[in-house]
Amino acid sequence: MRHAVMVGTGVVGLVLLALGHGLGLFWAPTDKMMGDVQRMMYAHVPTAWTALVAYLISFVACVGYLFFGDWTWDLVAEAAAEVGLVFNGLLLATGMIWGRPTWGVYWTWDPRLTTAGVLFLLYGGYLALRRFVDDPERRASLAAVVGILAFADAPIVYFSVRWWRGLHQIQSTPKTVDPEMVLCLRLSAFAMLFLMVHFVLRRVQIGRARLDRELAPPPAAAAGWGGPR
Amino acid sequence: MIAVIALAVCLGAIVWIARGSMGDNLVYYWSPADLEAQGERAFGTPVRLGGQIEPGSIDWRPETQDLYFVVTDGGAKVKVHSKGTPPQMFSEAQGVVVEGTIDAGGVFESTNLMVKHGNEYRAPAPGEEPQQVYRSLVQEDGP
Repeated sequence: MRHAVMVGTGVVGLVLLALGHGLGLFWAPTDKMMGDVQRMMYAHVPTAWTALVAYLISFVACVGYLFFGDWTWDLVAEAAAEVGLVFNGLLLATGMIWGRPTWGVYWTWDPRLTTAGVLFLLYGGYLALRRFVDDPERRASLAAVVGILAFADAPIVYFSVRWWRGLHQIQSTPKTVDPEMVLCLRLSAFAMLFLMVHFVLRRVQIGRARLDRELAPPPAAAAGWGGPR
Repeated sequence: MIAVIALAVCLGAIVWIARGSMGDNLVYYWSPADLEAQGERAFGTPVRLGGQIEPGSIDWRPETQDLYFVVTDGGAKVKVHSKGTPPQMFSEAQGVVVEGTIDAGGVFESTNLMVKHGNEYRAPAPGEEPQQVYRSLVQEDGP
């Protein structure tokens, strides 16, 4: 069952990605203002949604760990934060590539860009913190607290375009985007959602293997030797 | 317990920022009215100015690469001078954000010109050619 979910999410994600990006590149109409550059949307926008969903999963898992103390919460929190960071990085990269030809700059200290950049640093910090603490229980508790605090920036990123005036436009809706473009955007978004879940599941597997090794009694003690030579 | 405190801090931060408690510390650009309200104090201070381009105000001189246009927020107006070819999206239909300083003559010297795009994405009308941003890096005759 677990194996089926793992393979299933990966396959479905890849098929949807091929479909969404393929249609987005070759079938969707060309935007009248931007031309083909607008096709960046099918890559850029889903990375934002996916990163925020991954961070939300991590946030819930951090809360879950502090309340219930089960290792699985900690593993999910770490896995989702790491995958979220990858999508967050892709978000910034695709945004810069799209920004240069349309806005005229790769980067500017607009509220949306700044808060999204801060989010990247916060979760980079969260993951760095995990590497600095050796004791698994201490690490899990500390990381859970930091994970909860870091998430405060996620809703701010989402609402930044409405709360403050900046260069980044506000969210598009199906009313402001042609239906064929919306379809490609949705397909690409679900593709990245499935891929994100797939990566998180795989990362949890890796995390569990590492944790098992950490929690296992040292082989020397188990064998009754006098410690490592 | 620690979870409750962490959640409270997290939520508190979001609410604090959502209620606009950062005040003027998070203003990305000034509108022409904001700039006007500063009066002489704004002269020579590097600021970002944002707004709509006044229709019919774009004056592009390809031989000297000088670009003049007027930024407006519906009320106040600021004349802007920029050097060099603007981003290809630059047109009366778009908003604009410029970085630079306003001089005592009331002309805003732009050192960086950015085009603000709306949240609309549309196919061109039948028979209409889509604009191709950056297919050609240097424009023959500008906007």
